[in-house]
Amino acid sequence: MLHTVLNPGAVGEVSSICDAHIKAYRIMLLARVLDDKFASLYRMGKMHGGVFLGRGQEALSASVGLALRKGDIFAPLIRDTAGRLAFGEPVLDAVRTQFGSPLGPMRARDGNVHRGRPKEGLLAMISHLGAMISVVNGALLARRFKGVTGVVGATCIGDGATSTGAFHEAVNQAAVENLPLVLIIANNHYAYSTPNERQFACRSLLDKAVGYGVAGQQVDGTDLSACLGVVGDAVSRARAGRGPQMVVASLLRLCGHGEHDDASYVNSDLRAAPVGRDCLKVAEETLFRQNWANAAAISRWRHDAVQKVEEAVAKVQREPNPDPYKEDWCALASKHLSEGNE
Amino acid sequence: MSITYLEAIRAAQARALADDPRVFIYGQDVGAFGGAFKATKNLAIEFPGRVIDAPISEDAMLGLAVGAAIEGMRPIIEIQFADFSTTGFNQIVNQAATLYWRTNVPCPITVRLPSGGTSGSGPFHSQSMEALYAHYPGLIVMTPATVEDAYSMLLEAVAIDDPVIFCEHKYLYYHLKAEALPTEAMPVGKARIARAGRDLTLVAYSAMLHEALAVAEELVSEGTEIEVVDLRCVKPLDTDTVMASVARTGRLLCVGEAWPWGGVTAEVVARVAAEGFDLLDAPPQRLNAKDTPVPYHPALWAAHRPTARSIAAAARRLLRL
Repeated sequence: MLHTVLNPGAVGEVSSICDAHIKAYRIMLLARVLDDKFASLYRMGKMHGGVFLGRGQEALSASVGLALRKGDIFAPLIRDTAGRLAFGEPVLDAVRTQFGSPLGPMRARDGNVHRGRPKEGLLAMISHLGAMISVVNGALLARRFKGVTGVVGATCIGDGATSTGAFHEAVNQAAVENLPLVLIIANNHYAYSTPNERQFACRSLLDKAVGYGVAGQQVDGTDLSACLGVVGDAVSRARAGRGPQMVVASLLRLCGHGEHDDASYVNSDLRAAPVGRDCLKVAEETLFRQNWANAAAISRWRHDAVQKVEEAVAKVQREPNPDPYKEDWCALASKHLSEGNE
Repeated sequence: MSITYLEAIRAAQARALADDPRVFIYGQDVGAFGGAFKATKNLAIEFPGRVIDAPISEDAMLGLAVGAAIEGMRPIIEIQFADFSTTGFNQIVNQAATLYWRTNVPCPITVRLPSGGTSGSGPFHSQSMEALYAHYPGLIVMTPATVEDAYSMLLEAVAIDDPVIFCEHKYLYYHLKAEALPTEAMPVGKARIARAGRDLTLVAYSAMLHEALAVAEELVSEGTEIEVVDLRCVKPLDTDTVMASVARTGRLLCVGEAWPWGGVTAEVVARVAAEGFDLLDAPPQRLNAKDTPVPYHPALWAAHRPTARSIAAAARRLLRL
């Protein structure tokens, strides 16, 4: 059952490849249904701020979340609804944060994709790209100080973030400290509207792994089977103490940067190419081809996902708005040192 | 026996490491080398594995500190010169400073910034960054002016559950000495009356405190008694102590080594003007460095920042108003 993914086992612990696929597919499906609901609510004018979706990146993202265990660190990014769900984030956290509910983990202070539960290993991203990588490094170093072994820290970024100084500094730092960092790069070919050729001049983003002295693997991000394998292996290697691992996935964002963006700049050849395949459909075809699921099962899973999402949305829509008079307006944990609570 | 401001900083770090297993130090050259100023001298030997050399990556150093703090550690980050904190600025103001407010998880990190000008240091090794960091919610900004405060406030910085920007003044490193380390300290966020007076309140912090005290001494011969307030901490700013002093003297001159646009002196003057206008017998004044990068040559540098001479001139002008 999907609501039991709160404490997911690693892929390797799942009894069979079939079960792993089904589990991943159902998370991808739930993420897609949730994203579609957010898009629909956005178009109805029911959302504050922006809506940012992970459509087309679910196979990669779910593979990351599923490869992690309770006790690992995960810093997802903007298009990781699937990975978050796989790592154990409740649907309610996503919906509450998107709506700005005071009952959500961010308590209406931050919204949409900016959510997490840091004490449970799920870090809450800031908007500045590349900035979460070194935070994961720090969490991993803390584990080392405490003598905790066998943990992994994973974080996801896009092709655009590989151009930042923060990316460079943090990957180098992880390599110098030999930390169990798994860095997932979703090369979706556009950073907002900027195509790869205006973003970097190296032959492949994987060349960057070589430059930093870290291991790197490529994967077809539209293929769930490949993602489960490559990401799972990278996580296993990091967990075994073999240092930072980089995975570069090739895929296409099947939506705008946010729902305000029609993505008209995306090259139609790319859309028509294998990289433009919808990973959810590809995974579904695999399930049919392998005889792991039939149309009735998929229809039932979709129904379950829709119900779960609709229940969460209905619940959150009945929740109160935040009350500015009850807000403490204090940015410090040391309340007595705060200047801002007048 | 006497102890310098720099030795007090080293001693505070040694004590923090000894007292609390959650503390570690991370920064460029802080390990075997002992730091550019030797503020971590021998600490890597005394505390193996807990005083760690960082690559030249201020952004990643500060991001790492935040991640470690989330996991319950209490990192001390040494930025080699305060000026270089600009390359880690994003992690301080957007990551560390927002973490508690956004997620309810405290971010107990201490960022040591060797700050302020010394002769011959030039534009990129002389800056005073306190106003920049004080502007952002979620940070505490300390500016110790004495050996005792350097020691006790650094220990408090490590103990506080919030990110602390610890602006230690390089000019005071070797010049300033005390007989012994303090055994007690004033609370964080409280300013100190460094010298009592009745004619004018001279508010200062960090190295400017010593220029201010020299001015107060000099003007005694002119029959003027200046009250000197040491802010100690610029955020939170102890408005009450400043206001109480202005209530006694009726005149305010606030001095800072940082640049003039906005900043700590402007904040002090604004608060006194807004909340204590009726206490004032003359318009509140402030004195800062000139609005240029910090110059290299000692002759220019001495004219760029406030000194006892320029502060005394400003005080005399204010007393005539």
